[in-house]
Amino acid sequence: MSFLDLKNVTKIYPNGTKAVHETSLSVDEGEFMVFVGPSGCGKSTLLRMVAGLEDITEGDINLDGKLINEVDPSERDVAMVFQNYALYPHMNVYNNLAYGLKNRGIDKETIEQKVNDAAKLLQISDFLQRKPSMLSGGQRQRVAMGRAIVRNPKIFLFDEPLSNLDAKLRIQMRLEIKKLQQKVGVTSIFVTHDQVEAMTLADRLAVINDGIIEQLGTPIEIYNNPKSLFVAGFIGSPQMNFLDANLNNKTLSAENFEIKNIDSDYNGEVTLGIRPEHLIETENGLINLKVELVEQLGSDNLVYGQIKNIKDFCYRSPGNQTIKKGDTLSLNIEENKYFIFDKSTGKRVN
Amino acid sequence: MTRFITSGFSHFILFIGILIMIVPVWMIFASSTHTGLTINTQGLQMFLGDSFYENYLRVLLYKGGFFKEITALKMFLNSFIMATGVAILSVITSLMAAYALVYYRTKYATLLFWIIFVTILVPLELRIFPTYSVMAELNLVNSYFGLIVPISASAIATLFFRQFYKTVPDELLESAKLDGANTWRFFVDFLVPLSKTMIVAMLIFMFVFGYNQYLWPLLVTSSEQYWTVVMGLKMMSGSIVHRFAFVMMSMVPPILIIIVLQKHFIKGVFQDK
Repeated sequence: MSFLDLKNVTKIYPNGTKAVHETSLSVDEGEFMVFVGPSGCGKSTLLRMVAGLEDITEGDINLDGKLINEVDPSERDVAMVFQNYALYPHMNVYNNLAYGLKNRGIDKETIEQKVNDAAKLLQISDFLQRKPSMLSGGQRQRVAMGRAIVRNPKIFLFDEPLSNLDAKLRIQMRLEIKKLQQKVGVTSIFVTHDQVEAMTLADRLAVINDGIIEQLGTPIEIYNNPKSLFVAGFIGSPQMNFLDANLNNKTLSAENFEIKNIDSDYNGEVTLGIRPEHLIETENGLINLKVELVEQLGSDNLVYGQIKNIKDFCYRSPGNQTIKKGDTLSLNIEENKYFIFDKSTGKRVN
Repeated sequence: MTRFITSGFSHFILFIGILIMIVPVWMIFASSTHTGLTINTQGLQMFLGDSFYENYLRVLLYKGGFFKEITALKMFLNSFIMATGVAILSVITSLMAAYALVYYRTKYATLLFWIIFVTILVPLELRIFPTYSVMAELNLVNSYFGLIVPISASAIATLFFRQFYKTVPDELLESAKLDGANTWRFFVDFLVPLSKTMIVAMLIFMFVFGYNQYLWPLLVTSSEQYWTVVMGLKMMSGSIVHRFAFVMMSMVPPILIIIVLQKHFIKGVFQDK
């Protein structure tokens, strides 16, 4: 059995909404697991069930070899960082950090030691006497993490903790969270709807949609080998391009091109997925893209255009190229870098 | 120019308002420093006389009532005990009632709240006889307990605390739970300190409410030992200047409590957001 084990966990709210469907998942000790999915997909509910803030309708959750379904949140030895930090507004930073320890009956000197250590680690030693209202967003974020670290819990739970920060700070805190987790080595679950955050932080990633884990794996596995249309569309930025196509006898025919010798026995209507970064410019390529808009990012360009009737097709070109509106580009797909999905079920077929 | 005129006009209105409020009080105060003879012969006075100490000391220490055993000093003590008791007890009960209504998510919490709220429509006067008979049954007539307890459940204070608790984010409770706080600790360590300003405001409000009670103390005390200031206003006999002096003194405790607590009130407002 692994460190955290979810077995057929289901959540049905009193009004009948099914938020999580028979989900099974294991997280190893020290692992950084990320739940990613669109809002309302049940990822936060799953996290809150681990924390004990939501009842479990069906199924079992084991933490460190102990069934915790009925264990009170305060007894589970988990720490959580909330989206809005949930700092205690009437206590100074020191007491925010110390509160959980005080409740556990730890003596004063040990508390002081632990709080000071955590404050040092997070570089908040200078603010210990301040109230949360006197701190900036990034500092509050650190205090929230300090409150989690100081207790030395079995597991860290992060519920979209970066979504209240501005873009620059978000990237900085993302790095810090990852570094910190590696340093402290505590098993962590991180919930986010931001796929870049998910990709960069995760040891393993669970892509959740409609209360079901669509795919579980390392970020690179999921990126290279999405098992469904949803996962393919969700992971990767800019989003994967999707084209309607037909697959017959290993030949794929799209709007105005064909790909032969496809490794699939499926016949019927399919959706072809191509990532913008898997296209290359050549002469006499498969696809002719009429450029409508170019986003210059410096390191590379995002070129949006039209292929016959398909709009907003995206191609990522190297940054040193000058592409103008109205140009027609001839593109090829990198070898085997395309994904074919059953149009009706969304399942991968190649 | 027009701005000057409008602002001058509004200041004039405010000035008139202040005069209407202040002048009668000042006249009572000025008159209370004269001798009874001056008032009887020359009417109310606008300027201070020289009998201040004589009149006020006599009022404070004069033994009044039918049995000549109650002094104004004792009445002030009684009123202070009663008002403080009402203020503290009603704030505690409302804090707790609101906590139960908001955080124990029973199905009927809203209904229960409205039932409590409806009691605002039922004034003490309406339920005064049943309340009295309960107190008499429990042998609590002529006691501070009997004076304080029956008027110490405040629906208004409960409403204020309930509305305030509803603005406290759920994450705070959840975070506290994960930090090992049980329901009692969450109440004491979080809600009470967070409602500090509200508590001070309610203490002022309920103190004045308790201090101003007339009918209930009149009914529940037959012994002069439990007379309060407001009852004394009615019972006070003697010269008109002594009555004026008593009236003046009766205004002091509520004003004092507002001045003293307002400092904390403002501090709370500005420091804790």
